[in-house]
Amino acid sequence: MCGIVGLLLKRFDHRTSLGALVTPMLDCMGDRGPDSAGLAVFLEPVDASLRRYSLYWGGETIDWADLLLGHQEAGHGAATLESTADNAVLISDVAEAELCTWLTTRWPAVHLLSVGRSIQLFKDEGHPRDIAARYRFDQLAGSHAVGHTRMATESMVSPAHAHPFTAGEDFCLVHNGSLSNPNSIRRRLQRRGIRFQTDNDTEAGCRYLEWRMQEGDSLEQALEAAFDVLDGFYTLLMATGEKLVLVRDAFACKPAVVAETDDYVAVGSEFRALAHLPGISDANVYEPAPEQIYSWSVADTVSPKTTAVAS
Amino acid sequence: MTASRDFDLAEMSVRELNEFLHRELPELVDVSQGASIHDDDPLTRINVFNPNGGHSIAAGLDCAVEVEIHGHAGYFIAGMNKQARVTVHGNVGWSVAENMMSGEVRVKGHASESAAASMHGGLAVIEGDASSRCGISLKGGRVVVAGNVGHFSAFMAQAGTMIVCGDAGANLGDSLYEAVIYVGGKIHGLGADAREEPMETSDVEAVRSLLSEADVEGDPETFRRVASARSLYHWNADAHQEY
Repeated sequence: MCGIVGLLLKRFDHRTSLGALVTPMLDCMGDRGPDSAGLAVFLEPVDASLRRYSLYWGGETIDWADLLLGHQEAGHGAATLESTADNAVLISDVAEAELCTWLTTRWPAVHLLSVGRSIQLFKDEGHPRDIAARYRFDQLAGSHAVGHTRMATESMVSPAHAHPFTAGEDFCLVHNGSLSNPNSIRRRLQRRGIRFQTDNDTEAGCRYLEWRMQEGDSLEQALEAAFDVLDGFYTLLMATGEKLVLVRDAFACKPAVVAETDDYVAVGSEFRALAHLPGISDANVYEPAPEQIYSWSVADTVSPKTTAVAS
Repeated sequence: MTASRDFDLAEMSVRELNEFLHRELPELVDVSQGASIHDDDPLTRINVFNPNGGHSIAAGLDCAVEVEIHGHAGYFIAGMNKQARVTVHGNVGWSVAENMMSGEVRVKGHASESAAASMHGGLAVIEGDASSRCGISLKGGRVVVAGNVGHFSAFMAQAGTMIVCGDAGANLGDSLYEAVIYVGGKIHGLGADAREEPMETSDVEAVRSLLSEADVEGDPETFRRVASARSLYHWNADAHQEY
């Protein structure tokens, strides 16, 4: 099993409620995935010269202030850092490659979770309810969020193996299901110089899609290619800075439910994850069809653009 | 006189509700058309409020009672049902009326995957659409879907009747045994060993009768019959595993 949740708020003035609305969704789906969890939220993009770096401190002694001081002493320029428990967001003009080299050398216990102008990512081991409390998910704001509760069935349980997975900038993916050909996808991408952080099947799917986008595909075009490449079962929920995208495999083996109102689009593995949302009794509730791409834009305030795939 | 009782799942757990339905309810229901063994009026109706997508609501019933579930419900609703009439005023998740033995389960909204899976008897009515694998491994009874059904519906269905008033998704009736399917709309593809057969007068009457019983509208003359070609009943070495 595993649980996925997603929420896109259509009204700007509701964005401060994003965390408060999505936290009970994640908590509820803890029944489907109690071993680890993660949540990505998308905020107003920082200036084009800056990046948000979400960091996870895997070591014993956490000293985020020391890390920020070190960052400044290393001559990386002005930066800000906001931390919550083992997680911190560093906003800096340093390039990703330079930051990674510096982290690996000076702070080997600190792991880079996400990079982008909008994305902020949390993930950790434990029950989703405890993780949500530890990182104060209910306080988070943003335009849209993607979350996951994991019941590991293949690779190990660790913060790095928890979802959402990221690749490139401002892109994340959560997965309910299992891929049967992650090794061949991973080898294919590694031959092109793409580096992996884990042996997890979902990371292979995530990096495949991001590679297609680097090659010029839109996310929707990348997914159409992925229908032929990904072998296995999947409900995938993805987000970029601009949109929320949902697909299910051809057999629709893994569940998903969508609820839409004038105020939001909500996605969950099960309806009960959405049952607390305001106005749910009048929402348009439906089950996404297999191999159809559902895409909702942050800029949209109307129905989703649904792209039917030729069958 | 009859009596009803209300249960609010915002105030109690599904387990508490089901324990009442399994243990206390049979003694309160007028099973013999006479007086209940208790001195009160026989209990004939249970209302369940705030299902909120909860699973296994009213599963395992075995008495002649009406259960009304007011709202969207989750997985395994009214599974293994015997005798009871369960109505869901909303959508349901996977496997509604799974393994039903008798009675009636009616979904006023849509049903997710595997509706009426492995059902043995009784009547399952989905007034909206049913998703994939509806009626998978059907072993008896009647399934009526007023809307469409998804792919692989009636997969390996062994006995019973299934009516789809709308369209059927790909691979309808794959590896079908002796169940019969009637489809009013488009068929997006038949599964292995399923074939369309001519509608006889008896088929038209069967559809008419079942639509009437299910209180679902439809013109029986427009339905098509799908049944097993029975070519998978015996191993054919020359087929090289290709059917």
